Amino acid sequence: MEVATGAGRSMPDVPLVALSGACVHFGAMRALDGVSLTVSPGECVGLMGHNGAGKSTAVNVINGGLTPTEGHVRYGNEDGKHGTGAARARACGIRSVFQELSLCPNLSVLENLRVPHRDLTGFGWRKTAAARIAGALDEIFPGHRIEPGMIVGDLTLAERQMVEIAAGFASGPTPPRLVILDEPTSSLDASIARQLLEHVRRFCAKGGAVIFISHMLGEVFEVASRIDVMKDGKIIASRPASEFTQQGLIDAMGHVAAEKAAARTAVESDQRIGGEVLKTPEGLNARKGEIVGLAGLAGHGQAEALARFFMSRSGKLGRVKDPEVAFVAGDRGRDGVMPLWSILRNLTLTHLPSLTRRGLVDAVAEQALGADWKKRIGIRTDNLDNLILSLSGGNQQKVLFARALASTAPIVVMDDPMRGVDVGTKQEAYDMIRTEAAYGRTFLWYSTETDEVCQCDRVFVFRNGQISAELSGDGITEENILAASFQMQGTGA
Amino acid sequence: MDNSRLSTVLAIPKRPWFWAFAASAIAYLATLSLTEGRGGGELLSAALTFASFSAIVGLGQMFVITLGPGNVDLSIPATMTLAGTLSLKFMDGAADLILPGLALAIAVGISTGIFNYLLIRLLRIPPIIATLSASFLYQSLAIWWNRGLRIKPPEALADFSTGSIAGLPNLTIIGVLIALLSWVVLERSIFGRWVSAFGQNTRAARLSGIPVETVRAVTYVLSAVLASFTGYLLASFSGGAALNMGTEYLLISIAVVVIGGCSIAGGNSNVPGIWGGALLMFLVVSMLNSYGFGAGVRLIMTGAIIIAIVAAASGKGRSA
Amino acid sequence: MNGKYRILLPVLSLTVLLAAVFYLQPRAMSYFGLNLLFNLAVPIALATIAQMMIIMVNDIDLSVGTFVSFVACVTATFLNDAPLLGVAILLASILAYAAIGALIHIRQLPAIVVTLGMSFVWGGLAVLLLPSPGGAAPAWIRTVMTVKPPLVPMAVVACVVIAGLTHLLIMRSSTGTLLRAVGGNAQAVARSGWSVTKLKAGAYALAGFFGVLAGVCLVGLTTSADANIALRYTLLSIAGVILGGGEFTGGRVSPVGAVLGALTLALAGSFLSFMRLSPDWQIGAQGAILILVLAVRLIFSRRGRKWKGAENG
Repeated sequence: MEVATGAGRSMPDVPLVALSGACVHFGAMRALDGVSLTVSPGECVGLMGHNGAGKSTAVNVINGGLTPTEGHVRYGNEDGKHGTGAARARACGIRSVFQELSLCPNLSVLENLRVPHRDLTGFGWRKTAAARIAGALDEIFPGHRIEPGMIVGDLTLAERQMVEIAAGFASGPTPPRLVILDEPTSSLDASIARQLLEHVRRFCAKGGAVIFISHMLGEVFEVASRIDVMKDGKIIASRPASEFTQQGLIDAMGHVAAEKAAARTAVESDQRIGGEVLKTPEGLNARKGEIVGLAGLAGHGQAEALARFFMSRSGKLGRVKDPEVAFVAGDRGRDGVMPLWSILRNLTLTHLPSLTRRGLVDAVAEQALGADWKKRIGIRTDNLDNLILSLSGGNQQKVLFARALASTAPIVVMDDPMRGVDVGTKQEAYDMIRTEAAYGRTFLWYSTETDEVCQCDRVFVFRNGQISAELSGDGITEENILAASFQMQGTGA
Repeated sequence: MDNSRLSTVLAIPKRPWFWAFAASAIAYLATLSLTEGRGGGELLSAALTFASFSAIVGLGQMFVITLGPGNVDLSIPATMTLAGTLSLKFMDGAADLILPGLALAIAVGISTGIFNYLLIRLLRIPPIIATLSASFLYQSLAIWWNRGLRIKPPEALADFSTGSIAGLPNLTIIGVLIALLSWVVLERSIFGRWVSAFGQNTRAARLSGIPVETVRAVTYVLSAVLASFTGYLLASFSGGAALNMGTEYLLISIAVVVIGGCSIAGGNSNVPGIWGGALLMFLVVSMLNSYGFGAGVRLIMTGAIIIAIVAAASGKGRSA
Repeated sequence: MNGKYRILLPVLSLTVLLAAVFYLQPRAMSYFGLNLLFNLAVPIALATIAQMMIIMVNDIDLSVGTFVSFVACVTATFLNDAPLLGVAILLASILAYAAIGALIHIRQLPAIVVTLGMSFVWGGLAVLLLPSPGGAAPAWIRTVMTVKPPLVPMAVVACVVIAGLTHLLIMRSSTGTLLRAVGGNAQAVARSGWSVTKLKAGAYALAGFFGVLAGVCLVGLTTSADANIALRYTLLSIAGVILGGGEFTGGRVSPVGAVLGALTLALAGSFLSFMRLSPDWQIGAQGAILILVLAVRLIFSRRGRKWKGAENG
């Protein structure tokens, strides 16, 4: 496949970073296979590709976290003050904001700035740090309510992500020249994400550069001046954003987007949905075979409502063979994956009590269950005895889906299960959920993305920990959800 | 990380318990080389006997440590003492009370295990501190009950605990049986799966429907029961209970678990290694004794060996 | 969870215990009474601070007790007879602590076991130095430890100074912040180009330093040493850190709380002797007090804590 140089738009300045023919091998796997890419001042590069395409590896080469096995990295502002790896990249103004949060929850907001900013020492360092982080927060997220003295662990997920982004853009010993944003909006609600996108545009207009990684195509098109598409460790297309369409981009990434969100018909759901099977104190209710969505701005009590419901209906020794509810985690590392175990053991965990006799696990039945679900849900591995961590994020997520669906639980609770999952896997998951609902399973589905919520039969919109609206059928539209999320709320931030 | 180089070097003895057994063998041979091979049988028999105590408490500690960071049972010595003193006083040398005495010892274990768990669960005290504070109470209870009396165990019980079948000490047979049972529980049973899941990621375990609180309660009770059973055996073996009889098992129970190759980070346990570690702890001390080292050198060498074994065995690093 | 509540528990438990002691023994409410009550608290407070340095970087030190005993033996022998050599030994032991910290991080060893091994090593060295109790405290330490400042006894002054200085060092300074960051998110620290190995070695060196101070002070109070003089400090120091609102993981520690926790534990012993409790129950009552205080902690930690998922905070 042809390797694109990425210098699509000619810029007069020296490029901030230039990869040429960079290869990274992890054992036999080629995570990066001859990537050449330059980023010049003023550019905002959308880096696209589905899970495992090599985006993270490319980013880690740029920020000095990885040294390429072949090829090299050059920085535009190298001032001779050598250093290696991450320190060298930082000295050249390269900053990264990662998908998984990299703050220290035990420190305050300003103290967290001490970690990347090496010049914060001596008397008065706290004042300097507070000024830097407050300045960046005020500039990017006007109206935020974060004090520099607040302990990060006490902030909401969205606020933490805001701090992380602000730390990336904050002025420091070297000014930020190229900021890498890896899924920066995954925990932000729409209005705050908008503030960020506007800041990115301002930043680039002033001569900064941004590498923007997001699975939200709309966002990418809004900010990117150029889009580089990665697949199998290579850049397979690099063009100005204006030359792409959303459909064209998805096609380029190698997945056929199925435009059938509205495929379900009223008749179909009427046949499927039965009597009420659950009701929670918040007023959440669901019927047999129904897919119930939880929507609203991120962090308004949806995840907590789900967790409370799940906790109240599970964990009793007497009911492990016949669980009432099963859980699909979105935050895989925190809520789902057993890192020391094989794929098989991870997959069978919830259903395992039904495969035991006198307390002993029936290994044959367990193997059979695993093989069955590997086929049904399409887990890409040659051996289920491989470690779960050998799978890509999307495939790990499939294992977690299988874990819940393999159980006999009539209710499945899903806590934003598509976080960081590629488009293809998403479509497969949608189909799976609909099929299971047709068999009479009830789904409680919290999602931060509107197109997912639109897959549901009924939607509860949350605001400030309470249900602010219940939508169903044709009433489930982005406008209605937004209206219920924001109603009577002066400040969106 | 830079551990990858080391792991290639260490790839040959893959099993995490290899080092414990290898070092035990070296210590054994080193001791025998001094006597030119005489007394090998006696040394082996003594090692197997004394290692049984460490192995049984070590297995209990292993279950607890497998629950993950912060989970450790520091009340093992006090539970041993309490069970030993109570059951011996109850039997008062009467042969027909041997089994009821055993039942009493087990009951002590169940009670202390439940008490430990309740402190952890209801008062949310970190297990290290909870079991430590509780052990003070057990210790006082044992002092108060016993009043320094030294009561002999029933003769039949004493004979049994010092006897052997076909050259194998009875205690070793019991210890190996318990180890086999523990292995089955950990590797083949649903409870073992749950313990491992708990240790890897408690929150994820709870969210996948595991009754985590039951798992934790059973684990702490199991550890306490194994400790009290050991206390019963040890008191019978040594001709009476003493108030400090459990003291050395605090550090030994932890050392045995880690020397045996269990991950202190949780989720990963290793039954054969417990026996390897238990044998090693005894053989090292007897080796140093026979070479005529004083107490100071013996302690230093013990410490150095613990560190060396752990450094060699866990060179592959954590799987984080 | 919340910083504000974290410090309340140690303050409250110390106040309650102190009030109980004064109620039982009003004469304790005097310069000499306080001195007597808190005399042995200074080395305990220092050992607790040492333990806190290790807990701060998500490890635990099971060798504090034997290390302080070892230092006490060095102080009562070498530091008294050959001061230069004594100082060199103590410096070397601090370096040894740093080396252990580095080793633990580089090889990813479980600290609980390595320090367990080290506890044998320090204990063995102490036995070699002083096979039987003896030695003598250098005169200058005696003088320092028995100084009688006006109004408030030395022990109280010393504890305030220790708490203040360690607070500045750990909670306010930029280096302390970096050390706490290692406990909070070592990966992020490494990603910013810091050497976590060096930082961990630094935290361990600090622990060694405060352990040395604890041992020297202890000998200043007891005037002689033996190899088992401070064995119980290991468990006391862990309990003190937790009592002071620290947590075993996540770099959440409080130096002021740790000193208060140590004072509470020291006071608990005096309290029990005033109670004229049967010796059988002395140990048990210490356990009960510990449980009681930690039970109160529950009330504080529940308040202001939001529901944040499974309850293994």
